[in-house]
Amino acid sequence: MMNSRKGTLPLLKELHKTGRRGPQVPVSGLEDRPVSEILPKEFLREEPLSMPELSEVEVVRHFVNLSNLNYGVDNGFYPLGSCTMKYNPKINEEVAAWFQDIHPALPEGRVQALLELLYTFQQDLLEITGMDAITLQPAAGAHGELTSLLMAKAYFKDHGLLEKDTVIIPDSAHGTNPASATMAGFKVVTVKSDEEGLVDLEQLKTLVDDHTAVFMLTNPNTLGKFEKNILDIAQLIHGVGGLMYCDGANLNGMLGWARPGDMGFDFVHLNLHKTFSTPHGGGGPGSGPVAVKKALEPYLPKPVLVKAEDEDGSYHWDYDRPRSIGKVRSNFGNILVALKALAYIKSLGGAGLREVGTMAVLNANYMRVAMEDTLPTAYPGLCKHEYVATAEEVKKRYGVKAQDIAKRLLDKGFHAPTMYFPLIVKEALMIEPTETETKENLDAFVQAIREIVEEAATNPDAVLSAPHDTPVRRLDEVKANKELKVRW
Amino acid sequence: MRYVPHTKEEIKAMLEAVGLRNVDELFSDIPTEALLKRHLQVEGGWDEEQLRAYFRKAASGIPDANSAVYFLGGGVYDHYVPSAVDKIIALPEFYTAYTPYQAEISQGTLQAMFEYQSLICELTGMEVANGSLYDGASAAAEAVLMVMRINGKRRVVVSECVHPDIIEVLRTYQLGQDFEILTLPQKEGLTDLSELEDLSNVSCLVMQNPNYYGFLESMNQASELIHKAGGLFVAAVDPLSLGILKSPHEYGADVVVGEGQSLGNHMSCGGPHFGFFATKMDYIRYMPGRMAGQTVDVDGRVGYVLTLQTREQHIRREKATSNITSNHWLMALASAVYLSLMGGSLPELGQTILNRSTYLAQKLASVGYPLWQRQYFFKEFPIKAHDAEAVQEALADSGYYVGPVIDEHTLLVAVTEKRTKEHMDKLIELMEGLR
Repeated sequence: MMNSRKGTLPLLKELHKTGRRGPQVPVSGLEDRPVSEILPKEFLREEPLSMPELSEVEVVRHFVNLSNLNYGVDNGFYPLGSCTMKYNPKINEEVAAWFQDIHPALPEGRVQALLELLYTFQQDLLEITGMDAITLQPAAGAHGELTSLLMAKAYFKDHGLLEKDTVIIPDSAHGTNPASATMAGFKVVTVKSDEEGLVDLEQLKTLVDDHTAVFMLTNPNTLGKFEKNILDIAQLIHGVGGLMYCDGANLNGMLGWARPGDMGFDFVHLNLHKTFSTPHGGGGPGSGPVAVKKALEPYLPKPVLVKAEDEDGSYHWDYDRPRSIGKVRSNFGNILVALKALAYIKSLGGAGLREVGTMAVLNANYMRVAMEDTLPTAYPGLCKHEYVATAEEVKKRYGVKAQDIAKRLLDKGFHAPTMYFPLIVKEALMIEPTETETKENLDAFVQAIREIVEEAATNPDAVLSAPHDTPVRRLDEVKANKELKVRW
Repeated sequence: MRYVPHTKEEIKAMLEAVGLRNVDELFSDIPTEALLKRHLQVEGGWDEEQLRAYFRKAASGIPDANSAVYFLGGGVYDHYVPSAVDKIIALPEFYTAYTPYQAEISQGTLQAMFEYQSLICELTGMEVANGSLYDGASAAAEAVLMVMRINGKRRVVVSECVHPDIIEVLRTYQLGQDFEILTLPQKEGLTDLSELEDLSNVSCLVMQNPNYYGFLESMNQASELIHKAGGLFVAAVDPLSLGILKSPHEYGADVVVGEGQSLGNHMSCGGPHFGFFATKMDYIRYMPGRMAGQTVDVDGRVGYVLTLQTREQHIRREKATSNITSNHWLMALASAVYLSLMGGSLPELGQTILNRSTYLAQKLASVGYPLWQRQYFFKEFPIKAHDAEAVQEALADSGYYVGPVIDEHTLLVAVTEKRTKEHMDKLIELMEGLR
C-alpha cells in the first residue's frame, strides 16, 4: 500500500557487496570440475560478470518497498479507460498455479485433462463472441490484431484478391490498430467520427472501394458509444468483399447482451486481461485470443486444438493446416492466463457474465450523469462501459488541463483516468469504472472531481502543481528523453 | 459466484439517477437485430469449492515437475525458482497495476523496470535493453524487423539450428513485410557458415547459442562473417548460460534476444514467459517496446518514467516501431528478482549445470545412447535412440520425461540444476533397461 515514503529507493547495485549470496544453488551429489576442464576457452566468458551480490532478505525488502510505491486495483479505484481494471479474483490465481509446473512438450496423451480445459474455454469464448473457430496463441490484444490482419492477408492472397491493400480505421481507434496494420503490410486510411462520436457513415462510403481489405472497428468504441450503424457498416464493407474486424478491448460494454459474431464481424480479438479479469501485471502478461467466422478458420495460426470425432473424443494439437499463417509465438499461448480466465467464466456462467455487462454499463452511465455539471461528456447520451469527459471548459476558464486534474486525483487516493485519448477529444479524460466498484466509490470519485474543479477556480496553483502527496512529484520527461539514462 | 457489489436498492437508485426505468434501457442503443435474445449458454455460476474441485481434478492427472522427473528441453526448462520470486510477483501492488502511465504512483514498477533493463545489459554485455517482449521467438522477429529499419536491407539469413519457433514466427511476420529469408543449413549439429561468405546485401544473420540442439556455435566466426558481409548480428541466447559462456558483447552481437523463462519463471504449460531484447545505444530509437528511464521530479528527487514514447503506437500510430503495448512485464519482473537473488551465483550455477549434463551424456553414451553429433554443449544435448518416441513413452510410464523428440532416431535431453545424481542414475538405469 502507498505510504508516505518520499522518493525512490537505492538501486540494487548500490546494495551490492562482493561475496554476499542469496539462496543456495541446488546440490547435485556430483564433484564439480572446473568449467575450463570441460569446455574449450573459445566458448567461455572472459569479461567479468558484474551482477549485484545480495542476501535474500535484502532482495525481498527491496522489492516489497518498491511495491509500496505502486498503486493497483487492490489498492483502490482505478478507472483507467479502455483498460477495464476490474477486480482480479484471488481464486483464479490459486487454481491456475496448479498448472504452473507443466512442460509444454509433454506427450499429448499425458495432458488430456489440460487440453479438455482449454477446449472448454475455447467453446465458451465462441459462445460469448458468436464466432466459429478460435486460437489462444496471441500474447496480447495488439498481437491478436496482428495475427488477424496476417490472416486477412493470407485469405485475400488465397482468393486472388491482391488489390485488397487498405485497412480503414476510425480516428477514435487505439493506436495499436494502425500500428498492427502497418506491420501486416497494409495501407492505413482513417475515417473520421461524426457529431455523435460514431463512424461517419457518409465519409466511410466515399472511402470504401475494391482496395478495402479490412475495416477495424472497436465496438463499443473508445468513446464508450455503441456503433449503432454497425449492420449498415458491415453490409458496406462486405459489399466490396472486405472483412470486418472487431477490436474486442471493449467487450465488457456488451458482454452477454450482444455478440460481435451477430453484428457482421468476421473476426474479433479478446483481451483476457480486460473482460475476463486476469491481472494486468503492471503491463502484462495479457492474452489476446482471436475468434473467427468459418471462412477464416483455415488461416488460424497453427497448431489448432481439435477434438477427435471418434468415441474417445480425445484432444489434439493439429499441425496439418496447409493454409495456416503459421505460428505467431512459441508454444500454445499464455495458457496460465487462459486458465485464470476460464476460472472467471466458470465462476459466473452465462447469467453472471450478462450481469457483468449490465453493471459495467450501469456504473459508467451513473458516473457520466453525475459528472455532467462539472466535467461534461464530450459526446452526450447513453454510453456503454466507459465515457470520455472533457476538461476543455475548465482549461479555458482557469488554465487547468486534463493532466492537472488527473494528477490532483492521485493526491485524493484514486488512480487517474486515461488522459488525452481518444485523440479526437480535447482535454480528454476517459473513465471506465467497471462493474466491480461500489456506488460509494463512484460517488467519492465524482465528489473528488467536483472538489478539484472548484479548487481550479479558487486555488489553481494547488491543482497545477499536483500531485503533492505521492512518493515522487511530477517528473521531468523532457530530461528523461534528452539525457536517456536507461540503465545503471 | 459474483463480483458485483450492487444491492437491489442501489441498482434502482442508480437507474433513477440516469433517468431509466430498467436495465434493458441501458442497451437501447444496440439495434434489435444485434441484441442477444437469450442467456449465453455457458456453464458456470460456481462457488470457490466447485472451482477448486474442477481444476484440481484436471491438474491431479497431469505429470508436472512436482510428481514427475523432467529432463525436458527444447526452449522451456524445469529450472529452480526461488521461493522469494513467487512471493514478490504475487504482491498485489505489482500484479494488479497496469502500465505505469501515472508515473508518480508507479515508481515501484518503473524503478524495477530500470533495474531489469540494467541487469539484462550486465548479463549480455549490451548497452540498452527494453522492458520485455512476449517471448523469445517474437523477440527474434522484432529484432529482424528492427535491423531492417536500421540498414534498409531486405535479406535476412537465419541458421537452421535456431529454435524452429524462431523461424516459424519470422516466416509468419514475413507475410506482412517485403523481405527475403535465407537459411544456413545444419552440418554435424552446427550451423554451416560456409555459404555466408558468398552472400551480399544481407541485412542480418540470426544465430542461437546454445543452438536448438543444445550445441555451442562458433559465434565469433559467425559475427566476423556477417559483419564482413555488411550485415548485423542477431544472437538468441539462453540467459542462464551467460554465467560461464561468452557474452554476446564479447563476440560482437548487435542485437541480443532470448527466451527469459529460465530466469525465475515457471514452465506454465509454455506461457506466459517473456522475451528479452538488448542492443547498442546507437539503435535505441529503432527499438520496439516500452522502456523506463531515470529522471528527477520537480523537487529534484530521482524518479523514473516511461521514456522515448514517441517510438510507440499510442503516439506514432502507423509509424510506430512496433504495435506492441502490453508486454510480459510481470515475467520480466520475476527475472529481475531472480537475478537479484542468484546473480552472484550464475557462474556456480553454470558450472554445476555443465557438470551434470556432461555426466549424464557420458553415462547415456556408455549404455547405448550416444550423442547425435560430437559437439560441445551446455545443459541440453541430443541422443540417438532406435525409436525415440518409444523411449520417451516407456520412460513416461516410470515418471521420467525426456524430449522433445527431434526425429525418429533422435531426442533431446536437458539437465537443469534441479536434476540430482540420483535422478540421473535412475534415468540411466531405466534407459539401459530399454535396450
